[in-house]
Amino acid sequence: MSVPNRPKRSLLGWEATILALVALALLLGSTLSDAFLTAANLSNLSSNLVEIALIALTMTLIVIAAEIDLSVASIAGMCSALLGVLWAAHVPMPLAIVLTLGLGTLAGFFNGWLVTRLGLPSLAVTIGTLALYRGLAYALLGDRAVADFPPFWTNLGFGLVPGTQIPIPIVAFVLLAALTAVVLHATPFGRSLYAIGSNEVAARFAGLRVERTKLLLFTLSGLMSAFAAVVYTFRFSSARADNANGLELSVIAAVLLGGVSIFGGRGSVIGVIAAVFLIGIIQNALTLADVPNEILTIVTGLLLILSVLGPNLSAQLKAAYGRRGRAAKGGAQ
Amino acid sequence: MKHRTALLAALTLALGAAALAQPALQKGITIAFLPKQVNNPYFTTAWKGGQAAIKEFAGVGKQVGPSDAGASSQVSYINTLLAQRQKAIVVSASDANALVPYLKRAMGQGVKVVTYDSDVAKDGRNVFVSQASADTIARDEVKLLAKQIGNKGEIAILSATPNATNQNAWIKVMRDELTKPQYKDMKLVKIAYGNDDDQKSFTEMQGLMQAYPNLKGVISPTTVGISAAARYLSGSPYKGKVALTGLGTPNQMREFVKNGTVQGFALWNPEDLGYLASYAAAALVSGQITGKEGEKFSAGKLGQRTIGKDGVVILGPLTVFDKSNIDKFNF
Repeated sequence: MSVPNRPKRSLLGWEATILALVALALLLGSTLSDAFLTAANLSNLSSNLVEIALIALTMTLIVIAAEIDLSVASIAGMCSALLGVLWAAHVPMPLAIVLTLGLGTLAGFFNGWLVTRLGLPSLAVTIGTLALYRGLAYALLGDRAVADFPPFWTNLGFGLVPGTQIPIPIVAFVLLAALTAVVLHATPFGRSLYAIGSNEVAARFAGLRVERTKLLLFTLSGLMSAFAAVVYTFRFSSARADNANGLELSVIAAVLLGGVSIFGGRGSVIGVIAAVFLIGIIQNALTLADVPNEILTIVTGLLLILSVLGPNLSAQLKAAYGRRGRAAKGGAQ
Repeated sequence: MKHRTALLAALTLALGAAALAQPALQKGITIAFLPKQVNNPYFTTAWKGGQAAIKEFAGVGKQVGPSDAGASSQVSYINTLLAQRQKAIVVSASDANALVPYLKRAMGQGVKVVTYDSDVAKDGRNVFVSQASADTIARDEVKLLAKQIGNKGEIAILSATPNATNQNAWIKVMRDELTKPQYKDMKLVKIAYGNDDDQKSFTEMQGLMQAYPNLKGVISPTTVGISAAARYLSGSPYKGKVALTGLGTPNQMREFVKNGTVQGFALWNPEDLGYLASYAAAALVSGQITGKEGEKFSAGKLGQRTIGKDGVVILGPLTVFDKSNIDKFNF
């Protein structure tokens, strides 16, 4: 892996690095344990990642637009609780799902409204709604758990595509990932996110509807979190107020590791997906090799530091290299 | 002729013995403990017992688990243990339902599943090793208090919340127990609720002492309640005069036992719980039991155990912790 020194190629370089790391992790996993590279294990591995992967898609869009949504896991918890409450109250499942998705959409819209209408930083807003939505989740369901979901629905979360080892939710993820990639990389809307994230003032002058775009992003994030909540609830056949607790950190870790700049304006869907799987593969391989939990947490932490450090370090190196080049030129004159 | 009778008798005896003897425990059984949480002293103590048992029957054991008590984190461990082809999984479930489909999948592939400490829905495991029955807990508590106050005087209960299912089941049994002739001089005057909140339990205990000056003893069958109550008594003139017992952990209660506030309290012994769970897992793997009611297996130093209704094995009476033994426990 050479370190590319042109700005445009540096992003590609990071993606290539991540993909190479995924390959390396797969190799490492298969040497650590014979059980790693089996269809059943890879199936379990991806099944365990699906909620993180889903929410990471919308988080990618938000972070590229230089915002953040810390409330995603709380929205998921609240939506899971609502799904449980509705089902316990004998609401037909399709209607219960629609209402659950509606609640998530509304929660996301509220985030977006606070950010755009009141001009508050999304970091502060979503720290607040992180607590608010989790609190509402407990208000809805308390410490109860609803579990008696019909097998047809739980199988959608837990089951495999007939005749294969592919978990059903992964199919939904692949479709949504393709859709997100097309929207981000091949539509004017997608390009506008990079523009807003790189320089919001310039984007405004260029006539982009920054507020409307951001409102839409947060609303979509809420909808996606609700969808992930439905998947989560069926996958574990358990609706609880503490479902998906702490998931926002895994999502943001994956987005940053995937090469999306925390300052906005940079990143790609493929990088983020690769990063989600990189983290998942490493954790699965280390668990299979009976590496203790503490080491797992440390490795995940180091990966996260690497994710912030990697792109920045390469940029700094480049800058330093550029300065030296200029200095050398100046000396020659 | 005599010779033949003797031979026949010997043969019958041998056959009878063979019919009684169960298949021996296999060697090298792989057993994985999956607690709700690793690095939690309670589960570490249980694992100590589990490990001791595994050593006795020459198995191969390990403990794995999440550092947070979420159900989803346990699921990935179940899948991993399945991929590693462990013979048995001994799990304390963070969620009674979330693990069931995954445990069923494991059982479908021949893995034996034992729950301990915290059960799952019963089609998700072969055997549940339960700490103690509600009956045992309640009757042992009354007996313990009666001993401390000489079977005489006004008593109260400091419970958790008014709608806690287990607490209410125990209180019901305690009331029943108190109708027995030997307890005729003990009078239950009040059931207070500390909501499993330290501050609230502390004030409730204070309130009990003010409202019932003749109170001789209090049972607090909750670890939060008993430690808050002990803290109040310890700093009050009632220290050593009013008996306090209930369910607590040695680490919480050590100072109050040592300074004379509390004579003795009870809880199951987590080390024995893990020990019993290991033997149950080994008996399942070796084909001695399948999890049906009435089946028996031998559990090392804990002796012969019988599987009860719904595949539940009960550890048995509570362990009483007092000055003489409290320093042997760390959880």
